[in-house]
Amino acid sequence: MTETEIGRARRRKEDARLITGRTQWTDNIQVPGLLHVAYLRSPLAHARITRVDVSAARSRPGVVAAFSGQDFAAEQGSLPCAWPVSDDVVIPDHPPMAVDTVRYAGEAVACVIATDRYKAADALDAIEIDYDPLPAVTDMPSALADGSPLVHEAGNKAFTWTFAQGDIEAAFRDAPVVVERTYVQQRLIPTAMEPRAVVAQTDGDSFTLHTSTQIPHVLRVMLAATTGVPEHKLRVIAPDVGGGFGSKLQVTAEEVLGLLIARRLGRPVKWTESRSEGNQTVHHGRDQIQRIALAASAEGVLRGVKVDLLADMGAYLMLVTPGVPLLGAFMYTGIYKMDAYDFACTGVFTTKMPTDAYRGAGRPEATYAIERAMDELAKEIGVDPLEIRRRNWIRHEEFPYATAAGLTYDSGNYEAATERAMALFGYDKLRAEQADRRDRNDPVQLGIGVSTYTEMCGLAPSRVLGSLRYGAGGWEHATVRMLPTGKVEVVTGTSPHGQGHETAWSQIVADALGVPFEDVGVLHGDTASAPRGMDTYGSRSLVVGGIAVLQACERVKEKARTVAAHLLECAPDDLEFTDGAFKVRGTGAAKTIQEVALAVFAAHDLPEGFEPQLDAGSTFDPESFSFPHGTHLCAVEVDTETGMTTIRSYVAVDDVGNVVNPMIVEGQVHGGIAQGIAQALFEEAVYDADGNLLTGTMADYLVPSAADLPTFVTDRTVTPATSNPLGVKGVGEAGTIASTPAVVNAVVDALRPYGVRDVPMPCSPERVWRAIQGGVA
Amino acid sequence: MIPASFDYVRAESLSEAFQALGADEDAKVLAGGQSLLPLLRLRLAYPATLVDIGRLPELRGVRDEGDHLFIGATTTHDEVLKSPLVQTYCPLVAQATATVADPAVRHRGTFGGSLAHADPAGDLPAVALALDMDLVAGSAEGTRTIPAAEFFLDYLETALAPGELLLGARVPKLGPGWGFHYTKFHRVAQAWAIVGVAAAVRHQDGVIAEGRVALTNMGAVPVRARAAEAGLPGVALDDRTALRAATASADDATDPPSDLHARPDYRRHLARVLTERAIRSAAA
Ligand SMILES: Cc1cc2nc3c(=O)[nH]c(=O)nc-3n(C[C@H](O)[C@H](O)[C@H](O)COP(=O)(O)OP(=O)(O)OC[C@H]3O[C@@H](n4cnc5c(N)ncnc54)[C@H](O)[C@@H]3O)c2cc1C
Repeated sequence: MTETEIGRARRRKEDARLITGRTQWTDNIQVPGLLHVAYLRSPLAHARITRVDVSAARSRPGVVAAFSGQDFAAEQGSLPCAWPVSDDVVIPDHPPMAVDTVRYAGEAVACVIATDRYKAADALDAIEIDYDPLPAVTDMPSALADGSPLVHEAGNKAFTWTFAQGDIEAAFRDAPVVVERTYVQQRLIPTAMEPRAVVAQTDGDSFTLHTSTQIPHVLRVMLAATTGVPEHKLRVIAPDVGGGFGSKLQVTAEEVLGLLIARRLGRPVKWTESRSEGNQTVHHGRDQIQRIALAASAEGVLRGVKVDLLADMGAYLMLVTPGVPLLGAFMYTGIYKMDAYDFACTGVFTTKMPTDAYRGAGRPEATYAIERAMDELAKEIGVDPLEIRRRNWIRHEEFPYATAAGLTYDSGNYEAATERAMALFGYDKLRAEQADRRDRNDPVQLGIGVSTYTEMCGLAPSRVLGSLRYGAGGWEHATVRMLPTGKVEVVTGTSPHGQGHETAWSQIVADALGVPFEDVGVLHGDTASAPRGMDTYGSRSLVVGGIAVLQACERVKEKARTVAAHLLECAPDDLEFTDGAFKVRGTGAAKTIQEVALAVFAAHDLPEGFEPQLDAGSTFDPESFSFPHGTHLCAVEVDTETGMTTIRSYVAVDDVGNVVNPMIVEGQVHGGIAQGIAQALFEEAVYDADGNLLTGTMADYLVPSAADLPTFVTDRTVTPATSNPLGVKGVGEAGTIASTPAVVNAVVDALRPYGVRDVPMPCSPERVWRAIQGGVA
Repeated sequence: MIPASFDYVRAESLSEAFQALGADEDAKVLAGGQSLLPLLRLRLAYPATLVDIGRLPELRGVRDEGDHLFIGATTTHDEVLKSPLVQTYCPLVAQATATVADPAVRHRGTFGGSLAHADPAGDLPAVALALDMDLVAGSAEGTRTIPAAEFFLDYLETALAPGELLLGARVPKLGPGWGFHYTKFHRVAQAWAIVGVAAAVRHQDGVIAEGRVALTNMGAVPVRARAAEAGLPGVALDDRTALRAATASADDATDPPSDLHARPDYRRHLARVLTERAIRSAAA
């Protein structure tokens, strides 16, 4: 074989249709007799509903039906939480449509179904609803204080979860250096390009749900359990989906209600959210208060890390809400060695939109805290931030390494990635310029930020998920079939929403079966055609799903070998497989895999007992996680007169193991860094004291665009993962996890001469300016 | 969100536009729709009728009228900033227009719409004030001229009478010796100004002879920084202390808003810093 497909920067097969939009986005779906749903949403964060009257809406033009929560009370069930993390976890009833109490602004309280979207929206005005306001609970410390108004009767504490390894008291006792800091992970709104949309259809007793989701398979199970529609009567389709970032890893109220309304009316219904509706009601991300303490020797060698976390659940526990901070629990030790680690997390209810997975889910938060605190330790000891890391990181010869957080990192080379990043960045030269600007009292100061991150990817070994009380496994399935004409169809259980699985899976198959890249098609996202899967999140698709594809290919190849041996009248072991053909060693005789496929289809002459199908399935359940890592360096210029931060250069050297498609990796890294920078500098979901979302539109919730971002310099080191046969680690979240601390470390570094040691995120010009005015923040 | 229903009239002539506006007191002019449609979609405005003036050739384009340019109301931002006349004679207008939103918005949004909408965070009202533009309004009763200083009455409120159209603006050519700069301070490229400064400076031999400064988003209406202007004549451009002293009063007549991006004291501080910088850039 001349060149392998794996490693080629193939253009993505799916891009033409995704970029032009000439495809099946859920909102593009037209069905005869389609009705449109509009939801009336609570303007109050917390209130008792004393009266709802939808009757006037029913007589508005074009209106077919109108319902309140009471109308669904008997059948709507409770939106599921699949991750009851602890014995003490409180999982409150979560009706898809509020019946007697609303607990966040934006909660659905009634709906109108009409012949078009406009009429449905117009008729919402006619719904009469009375509320008895209750006090809002918007911040975690007050929610936990004695006498706080209660979000749920059982109290405002959702759960506590702890982890400890090593003797933490010994680590802190008489420690020469202790650094203790509190960081706030602001609340973020995941902003997928495609808003959520749902089309629910029924033909009597069976249902088809098109929805903009990341998890058609999990959703089908959960919806069956919630609505009582038998699983085999429910088909869930995720057509092309325009981004998710975790926000579509959910069982939403609108999905459940779509099915209930279709069942009630016997008509197909569609709902597509508006952007401002989405800002209020797509689950939010982050929102944690992190207390982190490091104990170290006088030389800055870590002895122990202690973390005390408050995690804002919002008003309810959704699909994996309480699990998100725990995914971070294992990452607070970062790439560092230490004797002891202690972690405690308290989940807190507030009257805000529930939080749940958002790109990185727990790991960006953890990485932020440890990487920020390591910079503080460097400052305390009086050494360069990179030097403090060198003194503490796991050296490449020490892998596999069992961390204080209970994970075993299989491989990595932090030295190599850091060296490469420093060279690309021009680290020493920038430090010299920084010193010069400080000397000159330049109003524009230079800051340099370091982030040496790692993360756990490839969610997840099923037994580990079980031990963490997650409600499902972490395997992934693929079926690979050769078609009669020699083309290949892959059925994958992953559910791409922008990641390019059609392209990457084609590359894997092309190498494994020796067929042209163009000859591979990939089916996904429809529980009828791709019935088995665990879907796409947590950088798992390649690391778990891609391996299932590879293993299925191997099985197909072995089947084909049997047939080829039969046709060539030799023993299977006499055949070597190269360039897509089985060749009898030492002779010229050969059969291409396409010829074998046709022969199997014809079935005229097959080995004894061979069933005439050239296909195979494989389900891969990983033994352990994978651990991408890397070094990100960021230089910022801070205008100290205005507080404006401008990123001057950004270098990312990531080690994601072997690379299937460098262009896709590059895309994931770029998008990830952009999203992490967004948290550092721009984005924040703000609620006022009454629980109103103040950042309901894109004019207030600042998502940066290309114009606001620097050119990213990216490179890679390659330390293959040992936990899977492709040696891949996953790249979907790396950029997001790495970049936020790199940027904020840079901002704080720029402001050190002013006595500043923290700027709360996002580091807006006003916050930076006030930090400078106030000195020690 | 999606707007409530409304009637739509596309005016084929000015008189038809006047008539449609006069006939319905809940009618609203639709130009580029870049400010009006978001209000409709958020259901913050419920006009009964939209009168689309986008097809009236007499309202579109830039003309040289001797000592001033006439910029027609429905000339798009993109056309304004690419107009050689504007670039040559009124570069401040081109500079400020280039900072408006993004290319998509600039291809639809109009010069006149920006002024008539009178959003204090919009970039063009301050420029109109700094350049002492004359705004030309028309209705079935005829046309009249409103000086920019009398045009902006309050938040989203102008001196245009109900049923009156903004036809365009006369923009004085300030002539040789003047330099211009528009500074926009904002957090992301597409965002509105937290504070903006429109500066025009006439200088000779390194000394300021005359300066004009108008501020964006420092109150319910754009504000002319008269106190700072008064201190400018005679200041040497390389004397930063003197310049700083002169611009220290830039925020004098302002009443800055408080929002998610800036509280008033910070806005005042920005107005002072940015005014000094804008003047230096204008004179550079
Ligand atoms: C995403 C986005 C970002 C933006 N960012 C900025 C920015 O940074 N800076 C900035 O300055 N602007 C910004 N804008 C607004 C933009 O400049 C608009 O073009 C402008 O505000 C209105 O012009 P329009 O032609 O679209 O007016 P329309 O939206 O059509 O109308 C606006 C108002 O003016 C009235 N009106 C319009 N034309 C006339 C007329 N000739 N006579 C009488 N009344 C009239 C309308 O009735 C309406 O009340 C932004 C807009 C968007 C959508």
